[in-house]
Amino acid sequence: MGARLDSAAAGTANYIDERTSIGGFVKFFARKLFPDHWSFMLGEIALYSFIVLLLSGVFLTAFFVPSMTIVEYDGPLATMQGVEMSEAFASTLHMSFEVPGGLLMRQIHHWAALLFTAAIVTHMARVFFTGAFRKPRELNWLVGFTLMILSLAAGFSGYSLPDDVLSGNGLRIIEGVTRSIPIVGEYISYWIFGGEFPGEILIPRLFTMHILLVPGLILVLIALHLFLVFLHKHTQYPGGGRTHKNVVGLPLFPVYTAKAGGFFFVVFGIVALVAAIFTINPVWNYGPYDPSPVSAGTQPDWYILFVDGALRLMPGWLFDVIPMEWEIWGYTLSWNLLVPALILPGLFFGFLALYPWIEAWATGDRGEKHVLDRPRNAPVRTGIGVALITFYVVLVMEGSNDIIANLFHLSLNDLTYFFRIGIFVLPALAFWITRRICFGLQRKDRELVLHGKETGRIVRHEHGEYVEVHEPLTDEERWVLIQHDDIAPLEIEPEFNDRGVRRKGYRWDRFKQWLSRIYFEKRISPVTAEELAEAQEHGHH
Amino acid sequence: MSTTENPTEHGPEGSEKQNGFENPGLPYHRPRRADVDPKADKKAERQTAALFGVSIVGTIVAIGSYMALDMTDEIDSIRFVNMAIGIGIFLAMIGIGLGAIHWAKTLMRDHEMVEERHALRSSDEAREGAIQNLKDGAEDSGLGGVKRRPVLIGSMLTALLAAPLALLWPQIGNMGADWNISNFGHTMWRKGMRLTRDPDGTPIKASDVTIGSAFHVIPEGLNELEHHKIEEKAKAVVLLLRLDPRDLNLQPGREDWSFDGIIAFSKICTHVGCPVALYEQQTHHLLCPCHQSTFDVANGAKVVFGPAKRPLPQLPIAVDDEGYIVAQSDFHEPIGPSYWTRLHDTSDGLHADDDTEGSSH
Ligand code: HEM
Ligand code: FES
Repeated sequence: MGARLDSAAAGTANYIDERTSIGGFVKFFARKLFPDHWSFMLGEIALYSFIVLLLSGVFLTAFFVPSMTIVEYDGPLATMQGVEMSEAFASTLHMSFEVPGGLLMRQIHHWAALLFTAAIVTHMARVFFTGAFRKPRELNWLVGFTLMILSLAAGFSGYSLPDDVLSGNGLRIIEGVTRSIPIVGEYISYWIFGGEFPGEILIPRLFTMHILLVPGLILVLIALHLFLVFLHKHTQYPGGGRTHKNVVGLPLFPVYTAKAGGFFFVVFGIVALVAAIFTINPVWNYGPYDPSPVSAGTQPDWYILFVDGALRLMPGWLFDVIPMEWEIWGYTLSWNLLVPALILPGLFFGFLALYPWIEAWATGDRGEKHVLDRPRNAPVRTGIGVALITFYVVLVMEGSNDIIANLFHLSLNDLTYFFRIGIFVLPALAFWITRRICFGLQRKDRELVLHGKETGRIVRHEHGEYVEVHEPLTDEERWVLIQHDDIAPLEIEPEFNDRGVRRKGYRWDRFKQWLSRIYFEKRISPVTAEELAEAQEHGHH
Repeated sequence: MSTTENPTEHGPEGSEKQNGFENPGLPYHRPRRADVDPKADKKAERQTAALFGVSIVGTIVAIGSYMALDMTDEIDSIRFVNMAIGIGIFLAMIGIGLGAIHWAKTLMRDHEMVEERHALRSSDEAREGAIQNLKDGAEDSGLGGVKRRPVLIGSMLTALLAAPLALLWPQIGNMGADWNISNFGHTMWRKGMRLTRDPDGTPIKASDVTIGSAFHVIPEGLNELEHHKIEEKAKAVVLLLRLDPRDLNLQPGREDWSFDGIIAFSKICTHVGCPVALYEQQTHHLLCPCHQSTFDVANGAKVVFGPAKRPLPQLPIAVDDEGYIVAQSDFHEPIGPSYWTRLHDTSDGLHADDDTEGSSH
């Protein structure tokens, strides 16, 4: 049996190889090395939840009817008897209540979408804080960034499909924001909705976007993303034997395949369990879209909440006297919409997209970086990251201000006033505190290298004083703490040359120097071998 | 491919120096229990097989629940069937997942391996070759080099840039239907049209509207519309309220727009268009649940808090011979969120240029 199987496998392999020369690829890929670390699984979670989305999504397309034609409900749900609703909403109810497993698949799909976006954001944070975006991975950072934007588009378009009251209000908000764009906004709105809001064509259009355009793009970009990961070979955390010139890890086949492949099933299993137990998006409680009724506490999915928060934060009147909607020469300019919904997210995401280059200007480093930074060793970057997260969290909290106010019995308006100030103050504070913590940790690392680990053992010296015994670090332990570069602010060439002629490109250099000073003016250098030798010398006296 | 493994005895010498320290090289490989103890090895194998077994049971549970359990109209029975299938899927998946990971962690060879990296940059030779090839191609085609053909290049680029329009123009052109954006400026309200209850469309008598009450209103005839019913509803919904006339500050130019404390405002928020409908009787405040813009009904629905800037548009109303509340006209300004040409559709001369509108409290 075994021998026959082997020869069958060999035959198949031969058949395929003679037609594709795949042997070379397999030889190359099978033993490709992957460093192992839990934080490298975040990207995998994103990938696996995307696969779960594809699988559960195919199930849903078999029952969902993307149509805004109005029908009267006639199904098992007593509360909806005779209610007018779009076919989209009716088919969602049908799938939930009359198709066994349909509700489960809807919930698997929705939970997987939440996990997908959450995994992408945490993966992005991992890449940011460890400096994995540095040369040569800047382009892959951009690919990843685009994937993040696409995941928001996928989420929002999917959330809107059931055509319930909540998602309808969400679309209404999108329509209002679109219309606020100067000059072309009204036309863009007509273009999207095929006329006035809500129209009769939006759900079919969103459906195509949601099941074809966006996932197709995501698929292509994931392929490119992973191709680049292979090409660059994965980064690794600092450790003995690991350098910028090698990669230390376990082979793709079998260890990584088993772990990563197994992990896919774990992610799928957990999503299925959560979906089996916890209801999400019970549209039958909200009812079909109708422009009139309102429900308190309308909340979009978490990844869109920051935009909602920004919309809540921005006052219509600044200090109660300056209007945030201007009327100039008979035209209306709505800063109260443009700023929170378009300009602010544009700046936020624009900064994120460009970040690898901003940091490259500051360091002036041209080399390839394959060993990751420990976040403490990049205090300014880490500070910026935490400030961005704080900024985002303030917006998310303002987006749930009604819930927070209810929970803690606070005044809604006071909460908004607080966040209006907080949005400026808290990120700055977060930056400052984080940078200080990084410096503190770096000092502690220096202490450890110079004086060793505390052992808790106290001994008495001959001349009576008590001291704690310190145990020197092993070579391995020490290496992790001293292996990073000590980057100094950029030095630039003077403005004028010997003959007093102004140099081209001086201003650009000045800018880079200014940036570099922000990053590296204040820094704590790693211990050098001489310093350690000196400290040990000192210790022996 | 030069791969080495981490050693069982000594690490290879680190080749890299940093801050004066020598890289200590890879750590020793620590053998696992199953590497040295055949019993542990057997045990790990049994555990892995058991986990795969869990998966098989899960698959049976999922299919069995689908076939055996009946869904009735009861929500609980529906929940139960879905939960049973879901737990089956959970077991089917997690069994495979944990099995594979356990196998990898306990039984597969776990010596870390080292592979050299090579700079991504291609060799100078390859680069020169690439440039030469491109140059040759440009030369052959007349795109560059001595026999450059600028007319050809220019016309080709123009054609290439223009051609997508052949596709996009009709596509985009059709997507906006009639492009009649002036629709934003008008609703279906007309002089003499009755205010009726949402959703059943029964008319409202002035005497039905007691002080402190609020009615959700749609225009008479909305429910009978054949086309664009929902679009019209999205613009025409109104809130009808009655305040004690002594509390109501009538706005200049609008003294006859209300009737004995009965007043009607658009229900569509001037921020981004959610329906505004949380009415607080004591303060006469209307709150939009979306972003909490707060409008003061007693003072022309001016904004007292939140992101909206303009008051809710007021619908002029009167009472007809039979005592029913009717509209005097359409709104005098576009309802809902602001947009670039909004003022073109504003007809009452009350727009925010003059001081009567907006608020600053
Ligand atoms: C659909 C969304 C995404 C998927 C499926 C995905 C998947 C992955 C996977 C599986 C890896 C290798 C394992 C790891 O390092 O976690 C990876 C690496 C990477 N990802 Fe993503 N990712 C996504 C989004 C993003 C985003 C939003 C960014 C940042 C803007 C990003 C930037 C990177 C970079 C720079 C690497 C290389 C990391 C390294 O070598 O250390 N990715 N991605
Ligand atoms: S839509 Fe009413 S406050 Fe934003």
